[in-house]
Amino acid sequence: MSLATSSHKPKRPRPAITQDIEFFFTGAKEHKLLIQKCSKCSLLRHPPLPCCPECNSFSWETIESKGLGTVYSFVVNHYPQVPAFDYPLVVGLIELDEGTRIVSQIVDCEPGEVFVGMALEVKFLECDDELTLPVFAPRK
Amino acid sequence: MTDLSTRNTIARKTAIVGIGATEFSKDSGRSELQLAVEATLAAISDAGLKPGDIDGMVTYSADTNPDIDIARAAGIGELTFFSRVHYGGGACCGTILQAVLAVATGVATNVVCYRAFNERSGNRFGAGVQNRPPVPSAENAQFAWYAPFGLLTPAQWVAMFTRRYMHQYGASGDDLGRVAVAGRDFASTNPKAWFYNKPITLEDHQNSRYIAEPLRLLDCCQESDGGQAVVVTTLDRARDLPNRPAIIAGVAQGAGEKQDMMTSYYRDNIAHLPEMALVARQIWEMSEVGVKDLSCAILYDAFTPFVLMQLEDFGFCPRGQAKDYVKDGNIGRGAKTPINTHGGQLGEAYIHGMNGIAEGVRQIRGTSPNQLDKVENVLVSSGTGVPTSAMVLTQD
Repeated sequence: MSLATSSHKPKRPRPAITQDIEFFFTGAKEHKLLIQKCSKCSLLRHPPLPCCPECNSFSWETIESKGLGTVYSFVVNHYPQVPAFDYPLVVGLIELDEGTRIVSQIVDCEPGEVFVGMALEVKFLECDDELTLPVFAPRK
Repeated sequence: MTDLSTRNTIARKTAIVGIGATEFSKDSGRSELQLAVEATLAAISDAGLKPGDIDGMVTYSADTNPDIDIARAAGIGELTFFSRVHYGGGACCGTILQAVLAVATGVATNVVCYRAFNERSGNRFGAGVQNRPPVPSAENAQFAWYAPFGLLTPAQWVAMFTRRYMHQYGASGDDLGRVAVAGRDFASTNPKAWFYNKPITLEDHQNSRYIAEPLRLLDCCQESDGGQAVVVTTLDRARDLPNRPAIIAGVAQGAGEKQDMMTSYYRDNIAHLPEMALVARQIWEMSEVGVKDLSCAILYDAFTPFVLMQLEDFGFCPRGQAKDYVKDGNIGRGAKTPINTHGGQLGEAYIHGMNGIAEGVRQIRGTSPNQLDKVENVLVSSGTGVPTSAMVLTQD
């Protein structure tokens, strides 16, 4: 029953993907959490931008994050309840060990167990044929 | 840092001379355009002007009502200045800055600033961006980092800042609740407020359901239907019009470093509002007014935690101490510098701050439903957590 219901679940909202951010979602499909890195001064930046704010270089590459981080802040969403998601829905602002922050879903734990500073690790959620997202679970 | 030293050429040169609004409701029963025209005509009439005297119009980029449609409907005729300001409620006092620049330079004579919508009965603002189509523009791509993960609404975006603020400074749900209780108390004695005669207690706040934890229902402002307009002109002209002018002593916009639309989560410290601090620096310098000189303040209260942060960023109290400032009774009825004497957007209506500008003008004129004694200077702020704006209104 629950499987059938979930297969009929509406798809999650689609990201609007520009040339500047496409690598992130392509990487997620390959189960890689990628961070943009300036090719000139090595500054890491997220969310990605076409130009480095430090040195103004337009050259960039990506590094693969180790996928480890801690909770910097988090929200437990109750309303409105959008059919694509299950509630209560925990969304965190996660500080990666590499230094950048990323917003993502926190999974595999109860909302009441989440706290600022909690250690997390990435896993990949294949939402549908088009969309795979990096999400975070308590670090084992 | 931005050099502010040559910014005083527009200080105290202009004034708000007219205010006009529709009723504030949950179901207006008429079009947004009609609300905008009604508010505009009411503001022009209040100013002692005729539609043909208006030659400039400004609104928010989020407004659905074209200035030219209002001009046609209201018989305003020719416009020499029309402009829109971006970033939701952050545009509020930004529309006044546009009008000030226009009339102070002679580009226009009398400018209407307006905002009108059916954001409860029509397209509900609190629903956020769940259905935003993924056209690949930079403006839409910013939501790629939030919407697929389920962070979709203003309340949810604000809750992320709130949790961190509470963690860093030890603020509690009660501390947020005191902001709501104070606003609803003023609304309870404002006949135009949606929550007229409906005060709440701290227990009511704590018993209200979580929307986006740590935000409860009573931490969130209303969704409202309604329209509000104001008229700006030069101080010289203002002195020939019937109302006591509300002089615009200082007005400024600000976008901070590492500014995102409503998700500036990547700054070193996300437990304050750098864009509002930038606006504060400018208006204090421009107006030569400080917190100690204020009779009251209209602080944008779409969500209670951002009132606490504004108290800190405008300098009412040191960083992290707004919870104590509020607990000690410094924002409610009877305080030296009360906040949101109309009941705020928590209590009166959510017209993206334009109704707060009207309350600032009423306090200067002496016509507020909760009128204070000897009002000299009023601070009015705009949308929080977004590129924003604020102003200081003062007596002639």
